[in-house]
Amino acid sequence: MNGSRAATLTLAWRLAAPFRMEGFPLIPTAILVTVALVAIFADALAPYNPELGTLGDRFRPPAWEAGGSDKYLLGTDHLGRDVLSRLMFGARVSMIVGFTAVIVAGVIGTVLGIVSGYHGRWVDQVIMRLTDTWLALPALTFAIFLAAIVGPSVGNLIVILAAAYWTRYARVIRGEVLSVKERDFVRLAVVAGCSKWTIMRRHILPNVINSAIVLGTLQLGVVIVTEAALSFLGVGVPPPQPAWGLMLADGKKGMMAGYWWLTVLPGSCIMLMVLSANLLGDWLRVKFDPQLRQL
Amino acid sequence: MKRYILRRLGYSLLSLFLLSVTIFLFVRVTGDPAVLLVEPGASKDDLEMIRMQFGLDQSLVVQYGHFIATLSRGDFGQSFYYRMPVLELYASRLPHSLLLAAAAMLFSLLIGIPTGIIAAVRVNSWWDSAGKIFALLGLSMPSFWVGLVMILFFSVYLGWLPSSGSGTPLHLVMPAIALGWVFAAAHMRLTRSSMLDVLGSEYVKLARLKGLPEALVIGKHAFKNALIPVLTLAGINLVIMVNVAVVVETVFAWPGVGRLLYEGISFRDFPVVQATVLLGGAMIVIVNLLVDILYAVIDPRIRYER
Repeated sequence: MNGSRAATLTLAWRLAAPFRMEGFPLIPTAILVTVALVAIFADALAPYNPELGTLGDRFRPPAWEAGGSDKYLLGTDHLGRDVLSRLMFGARVSMIVGFTAVIVAGVIGTVLGIVSGYHGRWVDQVIMRLTDTWLALPALTFAIFLAAIVGPSVGNLIVILAAAYWTRYARVIRGEVLSVKERDFVRLAVVAGCSKWTIMRRHILPNVINSAIVLGTLQLGVVIVTEAALSFLGVGVPPPQPAWGLMLADGKKGMMAGYWWLTVLPGSCIMLMVLSANLLGDWLRVKFDPQLRQL
Repeated sequence: MKRYILRRLGYSLLSLFLLSVTIFLFVRVTGDPAVLLVEPGASKDDLEMIRMQFGLDQSLVVQYGHFIATLSRGDFGQSFYYRMPVLELYASRLPHSLLLAAAAMLFSLLIGIPTGIIAAVRVNSWWDSAGKIFALLGLSMPSFWVGLVMILFFSVYLGWLPSSGSGTPLHLVMPAIALGWVFAAAHMRLTRSSMLDVLGSEYVKLARLKGLPEALVIGKHAFKNALIPVLTLAGINLVIMVNVAVVVETVFAWPGVGRLLYEGISFRDFPVVQATVLLGGAMIVIVNLLVDILYAVIDPRIRYER
């Protein structure tokens, strides 16, 4: 059979695995999928332009409150921008930043972990020393510092978050590689004359990728919260782009007057998404990887 | 033992070195450092003077040597905004941060330890599930959002607590809860797993066989030993709290080092930002070192590892 097609099929089978199992966290997954769909189709779904407001319609409450209207279902902010539209486009920013940063960090960490674990010797020493020292740095403060220097933008944010969170993967994957590389099929591959890179790619990687996926799911929540915190502090997503953290920062302006929807709604979105990612990650961890249970 | 401590010390120095190199390089590589080091809106002559003063035309190695030499004299530069040495500024804010962290720690332990014990003693019961949900919620709610919602509820609607500032014990309540919330969940999880470990051990079984009342077994025999890892984590977390309080301190205008970092960013006061990050990183590196040494003292197996 064609090798790449077999790989695709294996991946598809593996990705579909959760649905074939019991105790699958249906609601969290449904929430994540919904947020993803809203993020993708925000252009079609959002009733208004998220960056343009009507100054005459500032601080309108949600439709069900006194003074609210069907025009703005979830109310408007201090510039008269529609909160619902901003939440929808904010989902896009959170999804893009969260997923990309997790994937970039995962790729960096997994590659370093595999190389470190398989190669051993001085390469292992160098990479693990680097990982340890990096782990010792306070991630949030470090991210704030980087963001303050390079300036706010979505691209920078992804690089910063990836730079702050790759270490976990490197550590865990290296540990797994150490045991996988002693197994018979790897020894056979060595005897058969496979090159180092082939062994790492074809024999080691497929055996550690589950752990990387589990870790990635668990990290998604952390990354999204950090993104929101950076945006809240003004070093994340630059205004007027809609991001949930930025909306919370803006929401502070109307808080003393009791405009609760500007604070409660974006925060609930963050919480729902992070909670869903954590529940899914927890389930994946127990299902796929008994070794990771104590993490 | 000595060798182990020396090696740990070496790693910590390496960490500090890496931290300083990273910060040093990022400032120089990502643009014109003179623009960062000089006050916003400075003239061309000022920029030129800064370039001369910091030797920005020299090689990076020479510049790094200069950077470290200045730092080791305790000179973290002058704050543009406050017109005073950054180190003094930092020292004046640190007590506030420590007070907040201590209060948050107290809250997190008061919530985390009892719930963790109940979850472990009644494992797989309704209590345990409730504890799990609580822990998940705690880990999923961003601390600054918890803070904002509390302000909305307790300050704006009920008017019970002041929304920002410091001075009275009442000012401390909400920031401490917002900051301690996430840690309460972490402490609960650890108390639960540590308690489960101890409850499964031989000496607890013996205590039960002796016919001791269950309350005594849990309260006297199990609890004390289960507490060791929790308190160790709490020690590390206290330092981490000082450094992750940025967002909570910003929400409540609490005058700690986190708020100082935020001010540094908003006023483009670069020396303040650099010093806060350097000192925060150094603090965490040192605590990690202390914990490693402490573990080695407690557990001889660690000393002889590799």
